[in-house]
Amino acid sequence: MTLAGEPGTDDRAPRRGTGADAVGGLVPARVARPESTEALGRVMAAAAREGSAVVARGNGTALDWGGLPRRLDLLVDTAGLSWIEHIAGDLVVEVGAGTPVAELYGVLAAAGQRLSMDPVRAGGTVGGMVATGVSGPRRLLGGALRDLVIGMTVVRADGVVARSGGRVVKNVAGYDLAKLHTGGLGTLGVIASVALRLHPLPPALRVVSRATPSHEHAERALAELRRSTVVPSAVELDRPPEGPGHLRVVLEGTPDGVGARVAETARILGGDPEVADALPEGWGVLPAEGTLALVSVPPAESVRAAVRVGGLSGAAGATAHVTGSLPAGALYVSFPPGAGAEAVGAVADGVRSVPGWSMTLLRAEPHVHTAGVDLWGEVPGLPLMRAVKDSFDPRHRLAPGRFAGGI
Amino acid sequence: MSETAAPTGAQADVAALVPRLLRICGEDGVLTDTARRRTYESDGLTHHRAVPGVVVLPTTADQVAAVVRLCAENGVPFVPRGAGTGLSAGALPHTEGVLLVTSRMRRVIEVDVENECAVVEPGVANLDVTRAAAPYGYYYAPDPSSQQVCSVGGNVAENSGGAHCLKYGFTVNHVRGLDIVTPSGEQVSLGGKSPGAHGYDLIGAFVGSEGTLGVATRVTVGLTRSPERTVTLLSAFTSMNAGGQAVSSIISAGVLPSAVEMMDALAIEAAEKAVACDYPEGAAAVLVVELDGPAAEVDAQRAEVTRLCEEAGAFETRTATGADERARIWKGRKSAFAAVGRISPAYIVQDGVVPRTALPEVLRRITELSAASGIRVANVFHAGDGNLHPLVLFDDAEPGAGERAEEVSGAILDLCIEHGGSITGEHGVGVDKACKMPRMYGPDDLATFDLFRRALDPDGIANPDKLLPTPRLCGEQPGVRRGVHPLVESGRAEQF
Repeated sequence: MTLAGEPGTDDRAPRRGTGADAVGGLVPARVARPESTEALGRVMAAAAREGSAVVARGNGTALDWGGLPRRLDLLVDTAGLSWIEHIAGDLVVEVGAGTPVAELYGVLAAAGQRLSMDPVRAGGTVGGMVATGVSGPRRLLGGALRDLVIGMTVVRADGVVARSGGRVVKNVAGYDLAKLHTGGLGTLGVIASVALRLHPLPPALRVVSRATPSHEHAERALAELRRSTVVPSAVELDRPPEGPGHLRVVLEGTPDGVGARVAETARILGGDPEVADALPEGWGVLPAEGTLALVSVPPAESVRAAVRVGGLSGAAGATAHVTGSLPAGALYVSFPPGAGAEAVGAVADGVRSVPGWSMTLLRAEPHVHTAGVDLWGEVPGLPLMRAVKDSFDPRHRLAPGRFAGGI
Repeated sequence: MSETAAPTGAQADVAALVPRLLRICGEDGVLTDTARRRTYESDGLTHHRAVPGVVVLPTTADQVAAVVRLCAENGVPFVPRGAGTGLSAGALPHTEGVLLVTSRMRRVIEVDVENECAVVEPGVANLDVTRAAAPYGYYYAPDPSSQQVCSVGGNVAENSGGAHCLKYGFTVNHVRGLDIVTPSGEQVSLGGKSPGAHGYDLIGAFVGSEGTLGVATRVTVGLTRSPERTVTLLSAFTSMNAGGQAVSSIISAGVLPSAVEMMDALAIEAAEKAVACDYPEGAAAVLVVELDGPAAEVDAQRAEVTRLCEEAGAFETRTATGADERARIWKGRKSAFAAVGRISPAYIVQDGVVPRTALPEVLRRITELSAASGIRVANVFHAGDGNLHPLVLFDDAEPGAGERAEEVSGAILDLCIEHGGSITGEHGVGVDKACKMPRMYGPDDLATFDLFRRALDPDGIANPDKLLPTPRLCGEQPGVRRGVHPLVESGRAEQF
C-alpha cells in the first residue's frame, strides 16, 4: 500500500507508523484510519493485494492482549468508525466499532437503558470490547457479552464487507458468525459495527457485601444463594493476595421488590453485611497493568479454584489478586507488574492440571512472552478453529500469532 | 410443493454402503425397506417430502462418527434428524443420502445440581430435561411449543426458542458443552460444565447451524432455578392496536416478563371452538403476560402490568397464580395452531420477526393483505420479541388457493424484511426459506456464511441444500457463489 488514499475516493492516505503504534514490539509501516465501513473495506482490500499483515486498534487498551503478532505491516485505527444508532423503542443499539464504550453507556443511560454487561477495561472502544470478548460480574441475568451481540458487520481479510445477524433479538437466519468474532482478537476479520441487545435500567439496585471469613464460608454462601430464589445479577468474589476476601451480591429490580431479596441475601451471607445502593468505584474493571488471566471452572468449583490460584501463586513466590463471578465459574487472576514468568507459568500449569479447568493468559507482560509461557493451554477443537481461520484468512494476515495455537 | 422422487439408479451409492452401515449400527439400526424409509420422508413441514436413501438409528457417538466417516469417504450426503418436529424442512431427507436419526440416543446422562447443568444425549426430549431437573428445583428454560417430543439435539441444530425466550434466551444461551461429530467424521468435545470455553466460540456458531456443520452427540445444558413465583395475566382488548400499545408500555416500563403472547380475534375464535378456553367475550385481541421471579418483584410487576394494560384500554384483566389456573389461560394460546385446523381445511404457519415498534404497522399491513387477497390470516405470536406466527388459512380443495396462500405468506415475510426484521425467529431456514435468504442478506454476506460452512464441510455432504440458497433449489439468482456441486446436477425435481 502506498502512502496515498485509494484512487477515486476521498479516503485519507495512511500515515507512517511510529514507535507509539507498536504492537508487541512491532512497529507497523503504516497506520490507516478509515472513516466508514466502506473505507475500511477498501483499506483491507488494498492490504490483501499487498499481502500486508493487519492489526486493528480501537483505543489501544488491549493491544497487549493475546499472543504477540508475528508480523505487522498495517495498523487499522477504528477511531473513525464512531457512531451510535440507538433504537430505543426496540431496546437495540447499533454502534460503530470505534465508539468509546463510555460514550455508548452514557447515551444509553440517558435513555434509561443499558448494555447489561460490565466492561473489564476503562477507556476502551466497543470494537475492542467485543474483539476481546470477556465480561465483568453482572452476567447472571442478561448473560455474558456474547449473549448480547445480535448482529455484526465485519470486514474480511480480503476486504469484503459481510453482515450476519440483524437488528432484532430473535433471529435464526444464517450462521451466527458474530460468535466467532466475539473474543476472536481480530484474527478472523475486522469488526466494523455491532448490534447489541439492551435492557432497561433497573429502577432499584442494591449491593450486599461482606468480608468472607473463610473459603468454607464463601462456598456455603454460594451454595445457599444458588438454592435461594433471590436471583442475583452478580455474585462477585474479590480475593486480594493479603487480607480477607469479599463477597458482593448485586440485586436489581423494583424499589418495592428488592427489599425482601436484600434481607434474604443478608441472611445467607451472615455477619451483618453492608448494603449499598450503588456499585463500588471501579466495579468490574481489571488492573490495566501486569499479567492477567481468566480461569474457567465448573461453577461449584469457583471458590476452590480461587483458593488454589492463591496457593499456587504463593508457592511460586508471586502474589495474585483473584476476582470474578462465582456462579459463572469465571475468575480473573491479576498478577502485579513484574511478576515472574516462572510463577505465572506455574499457576497456569497448576490450574490446567485439574480436569475441567482452564486458564487463558489474556494479557502477558513482555517477559512472560519471552519466556515462552503457553498462553492458552490445551484448546479443545483447535483443528476446527484452524480450519475456520484458513477459510476466512487463508494467508494468515490478520493479527497472525495473536490467537490460540499461533492462529 | 411437489414430492421429489429419486432418479432411477441414483441410489446405487447409498445402497453400496448398507452392508457397512449394518456392521456399524446393527440390524435394528438400519432401515432399508421402502415403507419404513417412507415414514421419515418429511419433518414437521410436511409438504416437503423425500424418501431417504437409507435410515440409520445409531445408539452411540462412536456409531454416529463411523456412519459419518463412511459418508465422507464415499461422498454420500447425510441429514441429521432428531424428533422430526422442525418446521423448515431442515430434516428433509436426501434421496441419495443417509438419514441419521438420533432418536435412540436418549439418555439423560447426568443432572449436576451443584453446577446447575445437565448432560444429555441428543435424542432426549426437551421436556425430559426439565422432568429430570424438576425434583431439584430446576428446569431447562428453552421451551419450544413441541417440547414434549422435540429433541435437545434438534433444539441445538435450530437454536430453538419458545414462549419464554423473551426473558431466558434461546438454546444458544444455555448450551455450555457439545460433543460433535464433524462432517469428516471426527469426534470433537467443545466446552463442558464450565460456562466459558476458550478459543473461538464454536459452540455459539454450531448452535443454530441446522445440521450443516455436523451432528451433536452429547449436550451440556445450563439449568435454571425454578422461580419463587409465577403469575399469568390475561388481558382482553377491543383492538389489536390497543393490545400492541400495552406490549410497548410494558417493555418500555422496564418490566421484563418471561412471556408476552398475543392472539387476534380469528385465533381466539378458533381456540374457543377447539378447547373452550373461555377468554373474555368480545375480545379483538388478548394478551397473555407471564411474570416470574422473586415473589416480591412479581407482585410489584403484576400491579404495574395490570395498570399498563388498563391504560392501553384493556376491558378485562384476569390474573392466575396457581398452576391449574395458569394452565387454563395458556390452554387457548397453546391450542391455537391446532385449533385453526378446525376452522380451516388447511393453513400455513409463517415465522417472521419485526422490531417490536413495527408491530402495529405490520399487523395493519397483514390485515390489508388478507382483505385484498380474500385469504384469512389468524395472528398468534410472541409479541414481546416481535416474533410473528401468522396462520394463513386456505381450502386445499379449492384450485389455486394454496398458491394464493403461499403468496400471502411470502408477502408477510417481505413485510418483516422491509421493516428491518428477520425471515425466521425460531423455525429456521432449512429448505423452506433457503431461497428467501438473498432477501435478507447480500451476496457477500451469503458467501461469507458459505466460507464458514466450507471450513467445516469442504465436500458439502452435511445436510446439503439447506440454510443457504443453491441454484438447484432456487434457480440462478444472486446467492452463494460456489462451484457446481455434483449433486446439483443430479436432476432432482425442483421443490417449488
